[in-house]
Amino acid sequence: MTTIVKGRRIDWGGLFLYVFLTLMGFVMLTPLVYMVSTAFKPISELFLFPPRFFVMNPTLKNFYSLFQASGTTMVPFSRYIFNSLVVSMVIVVGGVLISALAAYPLSKHDMPFRKAIFNLVILALMFSPQVTQIPQYIIMSKIGLMNTYFALILPYLAYPIGLFLIKQFLDQIPDVLLEAGKVDGAKEWTIFWRIVMPMLKPAWATLSLFIFIAAWNDPWSSAVYTTTEDMKTLPYALTTISGGANAIATVGTVGAASLLMIVPTVIVFVVTQKMVLETMAHSGIKE
Amino acid sequence: MAQTMVTETVPVSRPGRVKTLLQEMVKNKISYLFMAPFMLLFLVFTVAPVLTSIGLSFTYYNILEAPRWVGLGNYRLLFVDDDVFLIAVSNTIKFAVVTGPVSYVLAFLLAWLISQIPVKYRFIYTFFYYTPAITSAVAMTVVWTYLFSGDRYGLINTWLIKLGILNEPFLWLQDVRTIMPVLIIVSLWMSMGIGFLSFLAGLQNVSKELYEAGAIDGVKYRWQQLWYITIPSVKPQLLFGAVMQIVFSLQVFDVSVQLAGMPSPLYAGHTIMTHSFDYAFIRFEMGYAASIAVVLFLLMVGLNRMVFKVLGSKE
Repeated sequence: MTTIVKGRRIDWGGLFLYVFLTLMGFVMLTPLVYMVSTAFKPISELFLFPPRFFVMNPTLKNFYSLFQASGTTMVPFSRYIFNSLVVSMVIVVGGVLISALAAYPLSKHDMPFRKAIFNLVILALMFSPQVTQIPQYIIMSKIGLMNTYFALILPYLAYPIGLFLIKQFLDQIPDVLLEAGKVDGAKEWTIFWRIVMPMLKPAWATLSLFIFIAAWNDPWSSAVYTTTEDMKTLPYALTTISGGANAIATVGTVGAASLLMIVPTVIVFVVTQKMVLETMAHSGIKE
Repeated sequence: MAQTMVTETVPVSRPGRVKTLLQEMVKNKISYLFMAPFMLLFLVFTVAPVLTSIGLSFTYYNILEAPRWVGLGNYRLLFVDDDVFLIAVSNTIKFAVVTGPVSYVLAFLLAWLISQIPVKYRFIYTFFYYTPAITSAVAMTVVWTYLFSGDRYGLINTWLIKLGILNEPFLWLQDVRTIMPVLIIVSLWMSMGIGFLSFLAGLQNVSKELYEAGAIDGVKYRWQQLWYITIPSVKPQLLFGAVMQIVFSLQVFDVSVQLAGMPSPLYAGHTIMTHSFDYAFIRFEMGYAASIAVVLFLLMVGLNRMVFKVLGSKE
């Protein structure tokens, strides 16, 4: 809409806009740049006085020591990464599929209790899943799922925000496009896989991003549902290696581990960003 | 999309209505089958836990023994005798009152500014602002503890001493006066999340014709456009963003535990969530912890209902 130079007159408003956005952007990025810098700092630079923001002689040593030994615990660091990957992947694939399956009839079919179910989902958007943690914990411990992947996965599969977003996205896809399949006599199941799922691509890409971030970053489930070290996930492992008496000695290692945690989420966002904005355009709540 | 509810069709006598309803449900059994996995998990892990929490909140329950009914005892204890809970509530509200509105307005403003620039530059700015929101609070701890470190190695202390504002290092994360402000700053930094994306996407899709029509009606300045055209067109996104922001502001937990510790000095960083966690998973007083969770639940849903009244559009 705006260009900086219109003819020969400078558009001061537009210029100010770019300067403001860029400055704010740098402020936002500063902590992340610092994290990258720390992850590559050799020991000598971590204890420099006065402290320096940027790394001078970058090294990969922090990453080596991270994978060689993880301090006091007997579990190799790669185990936490493996746990986190397994748990997040299953939650992403399962969560997207379950939400898409439920969103389809909720948007396109006309059955009793449709509105009531959708209102229930809207209600679920209004509070954080953490308020349900206590009974969930009791259920898990009573049915013996503690220390299993099930405990880390099952509670997070039904993701109300996901169902909501897919349903809103489906709402704006004209029914006519789906009717074509019905005329051919295709079964609902076929219509869902052949017509609905391909059209929902931006929505499930978006959902994959949100669910991945939520699952990958969650320190809580692993802290509550698992007690053995080999079932812990990355965020929990980070809290343990950064705490304790030797915390300062491992600042570089913690930096390296933290960077490893952040990189996947950023990559997923960069890959999905176009489809995310396409989906979020329909994210509004209309009563 | 313009489907009407089947149940609203012809008014029939009571047993007849139940029968037609059942018939309708049988006829639509495939639809329910599609929803079954979600609904099942949703009932077991969301609906049932909410109801169980409410039930448990009237009991004393330590997991080992059967729950014992104590009526409103937990709530009386909470609001009358538990000073730490009152601190937690006041901290959470202080936090939410600042973080909620500031991040909401900021998210909208930044999204609006980004929507004013050409499409090809938008992604880089979106990336600047959204990336902090997808970082994990746990992973960022290493950065914040260093920036706000209480000794001379802390970057902020170094800078402030150099500038002559401070004479000696300040204990940002231990001083009762600065714990909350630091938590607020860190949370604001990571608050341009799903609501921000929703605004951004909504703003990009306000139809050009509306602006052209507005220009004919005498809308001249950008702020007029914003107020009379843009905001009304993105009202549904504004509502969604508000709901997300309220939940985000009231569930503050990770950041507090990571930066201020648990318990934090003089409970200066204690929140409703940390209080509930403390009783549930450290002291195993599940009944009491459940009553705390119920209070938080009511606070979130209550506030969101109010927001729905303000921003909800009737369509």
